Amino acid sequence: MEFTISILALPLISFLILALAGMKLPHKVAGGIGTASLAIVAILSYVTAIQYFGAGRGADGLFPTITPYNVTWLPLGETLHIDMGIMLDPISVMMLIVISTVSLMVHIYSFGYMKGEKGFQRYYAFLSLFTFSMLGLVVATNIFQMYVFWELVGVSSYLLIGFYYTKKEAIAASKKAFIVTRFADLFFLVGILFYGYYAGTFSFTPDVRLLASAGIVIPVALGLMFIGGAGKSAMFPLHIWLPDAMEGPTPVSALIHAATMVVAGVYLVARMFPIFIEYAPEVLHTIAYIGAFTALYAAVVACAQTDIKRVLAFSTISQIAFMMVALGVCTSADPHEGGLGYMASMFHLFTHAMFKGLLFLGAGAIIHAVHSNERSFMGGLRKYMPVTHITFLIACLAIAGIPPFSGFFSKDEILTACYSYSPIMGVFMSGVAALTAFYMFRLYYMIFWGKSYYETELKKYQKGEIAEKPHAPHEAPWTMTTPLILLALVSCIAGFIPFGKFISSNGHAYEIHLNAAVAISSITLAVAGILTAAFIYRKDSNRVILSVKVQSKKFIIAAYHRFYMDELWLFVTKRIIFKGISRPIAWFDKHIIDGFMDLLATASQAFSYSIRRFQSGNIQSYCIWFLHGVIILALILIFLV
Amino acid sequence: MIPAEYYLVLAALMFFIGVFGFFTRRNLLAVLISTELILNAIDINFAVFNAYYYPEHLEGFFFTMFAIGIAAAETAVAIAIILNVYRNMGTIRLKNLKKLKF
Repeated sequence: MEFTISILALPLISFLILALAGMKLPHKVAGGIGTASLAIVAILSYVTAIQYFGAGRGADGLFPTITPYNVTWLPLGETLHIDMGIMLDPISVMMLIVISTVSLMVHIYSFGYMKGEKGFQRYYAFLSLFTFSMLGLVVATNIFQMYVFWELVGVSSYLLIGFYYTKKEAIAASKKAFIVTRFADLFFLVGILFYGYYAGTFSFTPDVRLLASAGIVIPVALGLMFIGGAGKSAMFPLHIWLPDAMEGPTPVSALIHAATMVVAGVYLVARMFPIFIEYAPEVLHTIAYIGAFTALYAAVVACAQTDIKRVLAFSTISQIAFMMVALGVCTSADPHEGGLGYMASMFHLFTHAMFKGLLFLGAGAIIHAVHSNERSFMGGLRKYMPVTHITFLIACLAIAGIPPFSGFFSKDEILTACYSYSPIMGVFMSGVAALTAFYMFRLYYMIFWGKSYYETELKKYQKGEIAEKPHAPHEAPWTMTTPLILLALVSCIAGFIPFGKFISSNGHAYEIHLNAAVAISSITLAVAGILTAAFIYRKDSNRVILSVKVQSKKFIIAAYHRFYMDELWLFVTKRIIFKGISRPIAWFDKHIIDGFMDLLATASQAFSYSIRRFQSGNIQSYCIWFLHGVIILALILIFLV
Repeated sequence: MIPAEYYLVLAALMFFIGVFGFFTRRNLLAVLISTELILNAIDINFAVFNAYYYPEHLEGFFFTMFAIGIAAAETAVAIAIILNVYRNMGTIRLKNLKKLKF
């Protein structure tokens, strides 16, 4: 498996070439370099997966953990050292496939979407940097390497959100994303240091005796790490950056803020899962409750948004929360006895990456066609964009959990895991799943059905009410539709992958079997959600009746404003932290610490001013002073010594 | 024989006349001449102390000769500096040479 190093090296090389020489290259060549390197990476990832899973299980019935490369980067002590390397195990190989597939699709798609943009080469350079860091994160051999790449991922996300750097909102959004995730990463780092100190290693397989003797510290360290993961994975209340991150180019949202980077938190918890389940099950269950609340919150907010990318952003938050819940409801490492959630979470991660990537890319195609994010500029687009329409519909069915699309299978496993943890959790999550179906189809009907904005405008133009001829929406070019079709195919078939054969909580093969009661109830709920959405949003007349009623409802308005979470954060930071803590500290710094230093400077300056007259430039007066000195010295020598 | 004190008084007078001239003259050349007076006063001291108190040694005389040689060289350098000052500033009056100050 030595060739795996090139999976990391190729995107890095492509980043360096594009970053250093990119601006001199024509657009097609620059994009070609990035896409070609990613295509090779994707092929290598598939080869890795085939070889890894093809080699079969070892004598103990587990897939072996292979470490083709491991270099000691920073030796800190006898046992404590920071390594850099590549580690292959079932979940990292699965992530390699997810990342390289979605990234390749986004690279191809961006040819059409970003065509003619200023900074096209820079865009591809950042995409390569992101892919490199994300791949480095998943193959990390130890938690510290993961942290290093974790931050690199954060930087590339910052760069890509702020890609349109002349747009004020984009700059604000990129800063917000960076600061919020950095704030969470502080806890992650503290957690890593705790873990490193008490477990004596940064690796994922610490000495069991040390862990057992560390006591309460290990749950604390894992809890702190989860806060880092919650920041990246946009768990409540650290989710505020993700909706704003939609200011970046849409393919970037598909890659980073839907499919790959935001699941890093889930991946982190999955990575530390053996330690979580053994030493900190109560932390794991807390994660489940946080996840469940986030899932509901985000789903409710998604029902009230009008910007289609915001709807998708909140849907992402909600779906990632599903994955967190699935991990959190695990009560043992055995998939047959309460450990099903681990497999379900990874399965959902896989299928969600594909269909959410597809949804975002479809949204990009729509935005490309109508030049707006707002739903009021859409409507009736199914006639104009047939390919986008069908692929978007497939993705919606997948996320709503309608068989045979992939989302059904993974969500069903999650719900089964929830029911086996506690019926309340199961019912709660089923309800959120029904909401998911509702808001996705609300979005779908608003975009593709109803009265067409274009046709309305065209009629106005023909009547002479507006001077400018409206611009007809058009199907996206082939570079954009190909990834859509490919991802739609994956979304159709991914559910039939025998996922439990490859990944399960204790590594042994697990046969996925659908729980009939859960499956039937979740399909019923999903269909109910879809029908409600269809009833309200399919025809404009129904929508108008309801929207009049709904406009006055405070709850809907609050949901549209995301329950004022951003305002709450602003209040906390501006009023409490800035005014209550930062101001006094700044005052102390300015007046006490700086004041003392200023005093020293002012005193010596005043003294210097008082004696500067001596430097008159008149040589003879210098000589007189010199003579006085000599005379005094002579007197001292004569009379005192 | 003339008592040593006479020579010493003469040397002291010359020294302080030189110091006075150095401090009060306005012309750089006059200041230079004053320094020569100071140097010569010192030379007299050397010679007198050698001749009166350590007649068997010669260091004082040698030192005097040495100082005269050095003084000649130093005067040449000083004159060169003064000439350059005159070329650049157009004057050698000390009152006007006050550029090196705070």
